[in-house]
Amino acid sequence: MPVSAAPSALVALEDGWHARGRPAGAAGTVTGEFVFNTCMSGYQEVLTDPSYTRQVVVMTYPLIGNYGITATDGESPRPQVAGFVMRTCVREPSNWQAVEALPGYLARHGIVAVDGIDTRALTLHLRDRGALRGVLTTAAMPIEEAVERARSIPAMEGLDLASEVMPAAATTEGRGPLTVAALDLGMKQNIVRRLDAQGCRVIRLPGETPAGEVLALEPDGVFVSNGPGDPAAVEGAIRTLAELARRAPGLPTFGICLGHQLLALAHGGETYKLKFGHHGGNHPVQDVRTGKIDITSHNHGFSVREGDGRTVAGAPGLEVTHVNLYDGTIEGFAHRERPLFAVQYHPEAAPGPHDALHHIEAFVAAMREGV
Amino acid sequence: MPRRDDLETILLIGSGPIVIGQACEFDYSGTQACRALADEGYRVVLINSNPATIMTDPSSADQVYLEPLTVETCRRVIEKERPQALLPTLGGQTALNLARELALAGILDEYGVELIGARLEAIERAEDRERFQALMIENEIAVPRGGFARSLDEAERVVAITGFPVILRPAYTMGGAGGGVATTGEELESMVAAGLRASPIGEILIEESVLGWKEFELEVMRDRADNCVVVCSIENLDPMGVHTGDSITVAPQQTLSDREYQAMRDTAFRVIRLVGVETGGSNIQFAVDPGTGRQVVIEMNPRVSRSSALASKATGFPIAKIAARLAVGYTLDEIVNDITGTTPASFEPTLDYIVAKVPRFDFAKFPGADTRLTTAMKSVGESMAIGRTFGEALQKGLRGLETGTTGLFGDQWSELGDDALAERLESPSAIRILLVAEALRRGWPVERLRVGTGIDPWFLSQMARLAAVDVSAGHEGLPADERGWRGLKGAGFSDARLARRWGRTEAAVRHAREGAGVRPAFKVVDTCGGEFEARTPYFYSTYDPGDEAVPLAGPKVLILGGGPNRIGQGIEFDYCCVQAAFALREIGHRVIMVNCNPETVSTDYDISDRLYFEPLTFEDVWAIVEKERPDGILVQYGGQTPLKLARRLDEAGGRIIGTSPDAIDRCEDRDRFGRLLTRLGMRQPSSGIARTAEEARREAARVGYPVLLRPSYVLGGRGMVVVRDEPALERILGSVLQVSEEGPVLIDEFLEGATEFDVDAIADGERVVIGAIMQHIEEAGIHSGDSTCILPAPDLDPGIGTALREQTRRLGLELGVQGLMNVQFAVREGEVYVLEVNPRASRTIPFVSKAVGVPLARLGAQVMVGRTLAELELVEDPDPLAVAVKAPVFPFDRFPGADPVLGPEMLSTGEVIGMAEDAPAAYLKAMLGAGVDLEEAVRSGVLLSLNDRDKTGGAEVAVRLARLGVRLYATRGTRDALQQRGVEAGLVLKVGEGKPDAVDLIRGGQVGLVINTPLGRASPYDEFALRRAALSAGVPCLTTLSAARFAVDAVRTSAGRQDVRSLQAWMGQVVG
Repeated sequence: MPVSAAPSALVALEDGWHARGRPAGAAGTVTGEFVFNTCMSGYQEVLTDPSYTRQVVVMTYPLIGNYGITATDGESPRPQVAGFVMRTCVREPSNWQAVEALPGYLARHGIVAVDGIDTRALTLHLRDRGALRGVLTTAAMPIEEAVERARSIPAMEGLDLASEVMPAAATTEGRGPLTVAALDLGMKQNIVRRLDAQGCRVIRLPGETPAGEVLALEPDGVFVSNGPGDPAAVEGAIRTLAELARRAPGLPTFGICLGHQLLALAHGGETYKLKFGHHGGNHPVQDVRTGKIDITSHNHGFSVREGDGRTVAGAPGLEVTHVNLYDGTIEGFAHRERPLFAVQYHPEAAPGPHDALHHIEAFVAAMREGV
Repeated sequence: MPRRDDLETILLIGSGPIVIGQACEFDYSGTQACRALADEGYRVVLINSNPATIMTDPSSADQVYLEPLTVETCRRVIEKERPQALLPTLGGQTALNLARELALAGILDEYGVELIGARLEAIERAEDRERFQALMIENEIAVPRGGFARSLDEAERVVAITGFPVILRPAYTMGGAGGGVATTGEELESMVAAGLRASPIGEILIEESVLGWKEFELEVMRDRADNCVVVCSIENLDPMGVHTGDSITVAPQQTLSDREYQAMRDTAFRVIRLVGVETGGSNIQFAVDPGTGRQVVIEMNPRVSRSSALASKATGFPIAKIAARLAVGYTLDEIVNDITGTTPASFEPTLDYIVAKVPRFDFAKFPGADTRLTTAMKSVGESMAIGRTFGEALQKGLRGLETGTTGLFGDQWSELGDDALAERLESPSAIRILLVAEALRRGWPVERLRVGTGIDPWFLSQMARLAAVDVSAGHEGLPADERGWRGLKGAGFSDARLARRWGRTEAAVRHAREGAGVRPAFKVVDTCGGEFEARTPYFYSTYDPGDEAVPLAGPKVLILGGGPNRIGQGIEFDYCCVQAAFALREIGHRVIMVNCNPETVSTDYDISDRLYFEPLTFEDVWAIVEKERPDGILVQYGGQTPLKLARRLDEAGGRIIGTSPDAIDRCEDRDRFGRLLTRLGMRQPSSGIARTAEEARREAARVGYPVLLRPSYVLGGRGMVVVRDEPALERILGSVLQVSEEGPVLIDEFLEGATEFDVDAIADGERVVIGAIMQHIEEAGIHSGDSTCILPAPDLDPGIGTALREQTRRLGLELGVQGLMNVQFAVREGEVYVLEVNPRASRTIPFVSKAVGVPLARLGAQVMVGRTLAELELVEDPDPLAVAVKAPVFPFDRFPGADPVLGPEMLSTGEVIGMAEDAPAAYLKAMLGAGVDLEEAVRSGVLLSLNDRDKTGGAEVAVRLARLGVRLYATRGTRDALQQRGVEAGLVLKVGEGKPDAVDLIRGGQVGLVINTPLGRASPYDEFALRRAALSAGVPCLTTLSAARFAVDAVRTSAGRQDVRSLQAWMGQVVG
């Protein structure tokens, strides 16, 4: 093969699909599960969302980096994705808030990134085959070797990744009168911001903190955060939630994304891996009780299994409250008797629309009622 | 929520004739709405005066009223049809205003008609600027800050809030007198003083200036359950201060962070809820301070708009169709997204491409017009392009304009000095984008251009990268490998531009590129960024490798559309293309449409089997031909645009169907055309051709004055002028017309006083059927597109009629016409002259099809694929259903400074039809449709100012007016001529003769109609002032004697009351 003078980067997937592009971040070789995200803006939030741990994110919108990096749009202190794939990485951003251009930011944080890839072609491939393991490298690696490496990494099923991103110790943010004990499994900063704005003090606890320790904080409510990996593998958190349900059934409890899945599991439910997941900011979710539709922000590869008649399979106490109008999957449930509910998507948005913010308000209202 | 069963009949109002600011996007929206409501089983009644629309096809609605869009007409239609509901939000501002007037007049209440989509309250809240501002402020939604001031002290207090710069508008003054922009305290002081003096009530409105801010639009939909979605965000490349219709725009927005974008989205939803638009689409405009990100709401349109059409095409989300469904009760989740077929419409499209819309201007047709772009729209059309990079989208959009540019870069400004360039960059213009590109090629820094133009640095730095590529491509020559080629093509560089850079031919570049294995791929517009499989075949080309287009199976025809609207080529050709698509699909052909005009019906993805949204250049079209290998290419329906490609497509091996390119050439090539007529023994005006000024003088003298001069290649009569003598010729040669070896000038005998006839016909190679013979009301010399025309022709001698039919038949057979043809004749003193033969769809096809009740464009398309007229059961020349008059509509009000006078160059943007039992009634209806109530106008007094040639004839007109008891005024010479015929008229001074003069008379409201026949372009200035005064006072001005004669006769003999009758009713009964 002729070696081009210009530096190049290689994307190779476990099934042999490959393409070459230009390096757009740090040099190196990374592996991960390739998923595509359909948000047209909000790449900084995507990059810094801990739920993307060990995933290489492919952006379907072809111009990424338009408004640069801002000081305020991070969902965690650093990028969390394993790698980043773009059609075009814009190197001259324009926005009054921009403090840095995207490629420099990626390089500074050691994120291997590529542009010049036909991300639509890659997306269609992932859509048809499902999320695939793959390699992204700026090294001169033969394609066969790259494909081999892609095949050698573990599949997402069964991986407990939350424990990799959850905090080691508790920290407190926000100043409100209400106290939220948040099981942090890779919590997005905007959830904290939103709770803070609603008058909550948020104690971010390691995601597998035992129930007793949670209750010792005498919280007004428990929040279970988003996070990466297979929910079924996060056994400690499931145990905590099951025990909390037994010991403090009246405690307002709210879960988002991974938190939604863990609450389902803690109540006897099941989860399964979606073909290519939901990663974007335009999914319509309907409240089956009112018919109202919210356009919502999504980032998940697993889903809660539905039982008969709008129930969560295996968890008769939980009633399905929200469904995805794209594919009918469960997007939210509530306990039939207790102030416990959860949604699979991201009411805190960031990136994406604010339509579902009312869930956070409802959680806060439930805590106020309890006070 | 389910469909509303309490409604049975729904009335829709169209937008009337095409005018600047309201073009065929409302045919697109109206057609979608008609189809959607019909699919839902409603009885649809439509009123629209524009015959060139698809929506006024008898198949579009149950009852189509081709009637003037007036309150009175609507009342009569409502009385007759008794609709339960009126849907006012799909016919532009015209329909919305009319609905509002009908509501305010109590007519809707009287007949129990419910406004659906937007109620009166919502319309008023959005449309009344003051109420809208107050509503926003009350709800703490940011609008430009400001306040009223009665003293410098108060002014300074307002400025303390707004900061500089501020815009000052003295209250109750006209046209911004005494206002302006203040940027410093000193300026404020002096301007406040001046402003307070100028204002009769001593009050000034001071507003923060948002000029130069970034401009955005959101297209929002809402349903009855209060679900809201943003269909598309749009960002303007040109900052605030240029009308969005005149701005280059991109979708989606590029330079807002997600946080900023979501804040804008939240505000948009609050606005639509506050205004109370219950269902359907609205457009909300924002300005954003580039320095602080502050967002303010500028305005809201509570209806489907031009931007909605753009958003629909840009995303694949059919806003109008869905708006219609929402209006009858559905919610968004109950409507399926056609494109995926599996997901609901309650979502927000996500794009994986960039869309650029580029406006097209026709300033060259309006000498004297101010060409600076402002907040008043001046563009006549637009092209849209889709690409995977900004460069690809923008450069495709620019070459799609067909203004001669091959992309962003050209060499025509290389001579322009830096200072001149800098100066021209300062003010927004039609070509500023190209000047910015030139400056970037010269290496000017982005910051300098940002300061000079206000264009966001994002766009400038993107273009700077393209400029660097353009420059380096020139140095480096042909790329060495595939990667190099993809770099150039992926940035949107056309083969034509690269050929220019490399000094090669376009064909050589194409061969080299294809040799490197580089051809475009075609990707799908799917609304979802690839997340779901798309069923809808809506494609665009790009140079990313992944190709998604599998050629269509079965017999297939490629239809080339008309590209951007322009004066001379507009909606009529889109009508023809869409009819062809319908007709061919009906008989089992697959249809592939190519077009780049987002306003059209043809670019709706469900009109054809496959849509390629692409520029109509040879390169782009040929790539599709190579991909699809169609059995036939239809080039005769899209106006000049596809015709210009016909020969190259033919030579390259594309199969043109219907009339052969050679036959078309025989009519377009002057020499061959002359030989054709000689061979058939037909007459044409004598003519000559000149390549030097000397030749022009000689030929003009030989042909004999007056002569008609024009460049050898014209569209819509561009550059045509009538010259009456040699001094006039000298003036023209020195200014307007450049004669050269490459650009010869044609000189034709001008048939003074002749009557023109237009014949539309259809032929299958064996048989020619005449659709209609139309008579022009204006005499020869006025462009046929600008002439009011009437059928059946009232002054046609039966013998001459037979001759016209006979000559048309012989021409059709000789040329082997297979499809449509149009022949223009002039008749003078019993002598028939052939002016033009166009073996293709003409501008009058939709008008004629409606007037005779025969779908000529559809039948023509079927003939082109081999059906005979006998098979189609069209063997006899049809009779008209009614007397039908087509009247043009002009954009003069948009171009202060341009002379509103008719001539051989086409200036009209649109047309209306009037159908009635007799000619006077049909004429008055058409005029009413064009906005002129002639009966009322004549009653209010008539001012005559005639040139010497027309004084005798004009006196006859005056005699008739006097008999009607009309008050007459005349300028001195005209008055004298009238006096000789015994008609008294009040003397009016010409401008410059003293005061009060004719202009004062018009402004004073003493005149309802002006009849002014000009001396020609070289006329004294006073005539011009007279016509402008009439225009700005809204007083109709007839500039030809024949029109005046016809108008006066119509008023004289009209029965007065005008009946309304639907097209379907006309088709049920045929009148002579």
